[in-house]
Amino acid sequence: MRNKLPLIICLISGLIMFLQYFSKHPVSRAVYSSILDWWQIIFAFTLLVGAAAFVKVSLKGLQKKGEGKYKAIALAGVVVMPILAIIGGNKLGSPFLWVFENIQAPMQSTVFSLLAFFVASAAYRGFRARTIPAAILLISALFVLLGRIPISEYFSEWFTRIMFWIQDYPSMAARRAILIGIGLGSLTTAMRVILGIERTYMRGE
Amino acid sequence: MEIGAIIAGLLTLAIYSFLYKDNPVYKAAESLLIGLSIGYALVIFWQSTIVDLLVKPLFGEGKLILAMPFVLGLLMFSRFSQKTSWLSRIPIAFMIGAGAGVSIPAMLYARTLKQVSASVAPLFNESGALNLSEMVIVIGLISTLSYFYFSRKNEGAIGKVAKVGTYFLMIFFGATFGYTVMSRLSTLIGRVEFLLTDFLHVIK
Repeated sequence: MRNKLPLIICLISGLIMFLQYFSKHPVSRAVYSSILDWWQIIFAFTLLVGAAAFVKVSLKGLQKKGEGKYKAIALAGVVVMPILAIIGGNKLGSPFLWVFENIQAPMQSTVFSLLAFFVASAAYRGFRARTIPAAILLISALFVLLGRIPISEYFSEWFTRIMFWIQDYPSMAARRAILIGIGLGSLTTAMRVILGIERTYMRGE
Repeated sequence: MEIGAIIAGLLTLAIYSFLYKDNPVYKAAESLLIGLSIGYALVIFWQSTIVDLLVKPLFGEGKLILAMPFVLGLLMFSRFSQKTSWLSRIPIAFMIGAGAGVSIPAMLYARTLKQVSASVAPLFNESGALNLSEMVIVIGLISTLSYFYFSRKNEGAIGKVAKVGTYFLMIFFGATFGYTVMSRLSTLIGRVEFLLTDFLHVIK
C-alpha cells in the first residue's frame, strides 16, 4: 500500500498527461488544464511545507550561541512580508512592495553582482592555455568578452562580428548537441519515472 | 535623501563587505534576504495560487473537484510526522507523474526534433558556393554528439570525431563563460551606479 499507491498514482497521472498531447478533444483539453491547476496548487502547498520547515529549523537554532541572532533576523523577514501584505495588500505603493523594491531587490541584485568578482578571480587563476582545448576556451571567452564591451568597436568592428559568429555557429552547434542530449536524457528518465523504474522520490523503496 | 535609497545603499554595502571577509554585517544582511525572499514567495504563491486557484473556486464557486488537490496539498504536511510521512509520497507521485507525462512530448519536440531541424540548413548558397558557417554547425553538432556517445569506447574514427567535439564544447563553454561574466558585470555596474548616484550623490 505504502509503495504501490504512489506508483499507481504516478503511472495514471503520467499516462493521462502524456496521452492528452495527442488529442484536441475539448474534454482532453479541460483535463489537461485542470491537472495543471492541481499541479500548481500542490506546488504552492510544498512551498508552505518548505517555509514551515525553515521556521521550525530557525526556531531550533534561536537558542544556539552566535547563530541565534541571524536566525532571528531571517525569521523576522519571513514574518514581516506576510504581515505587510495582510495590512496593506500587495499592490503598487503598498508597504509590501516598498520592502521588496528597497530592501529585497537591491540585496538580490548585489548578491548576483558579487559573482562578477568570484568569476573574475576564478578565471585569473584557472585560465591557462596549457592544452589546445584550454587555449580554445580562453580565446572563445576573450572574443565574447571583448565583443561585448563598447570600446572594442573603437579599435575594430571585427571583435563584435567574430563574437556573434562564435555564438551563432560553433558555440550554437555544441549547445544544440547538449540540448539534444538533455532532451533524450529527460525523455528516458520521464519514461522510467512513469513506469516506476526510477523511484528516487520514494527514497529508493 | 529618500529613506528607501539610504536603506538600499546600506544593505548593498553590507553585502559587498563580504568581499573583504565573512563578517557579522554580511551575515545579518544575508539572513534578512533569505527571510524576506521566503516571505515574499509565500505572499505571491498564497495570492496567485492558493486564493485564486483554490479558495475562490472551491469555497466561493463550489467547484468541489478542487477538494482533491486541496487534500493532496494537505498531505504534504504529513512529512512532519515520521509515522505518517509516507502519505506525502502521494502528492509527490502525482506531481512527478504529471510532470513526466507532460515532459515526454515537450522534450521530444523542443529539445530534440526542433534542434535537429534547426541544424538542417542548405550547405550551398544559391550561387553554388559552400556555406561554411552552416557546415560548421553540422560538423560541430555531429562531433559533439559523438563525444556524448558512451555506448562505445572513444577510440579510432569515433575517438577522432569526438576530439573535434571537445573543441566545439570548449568554444561553447568559453562563449558561455564570457557571456555570464558580462551579465554579472553589467549588474555590478548597475549597483555601483546606484551607490554613486542615488545613495552617495557623487554623480548627478
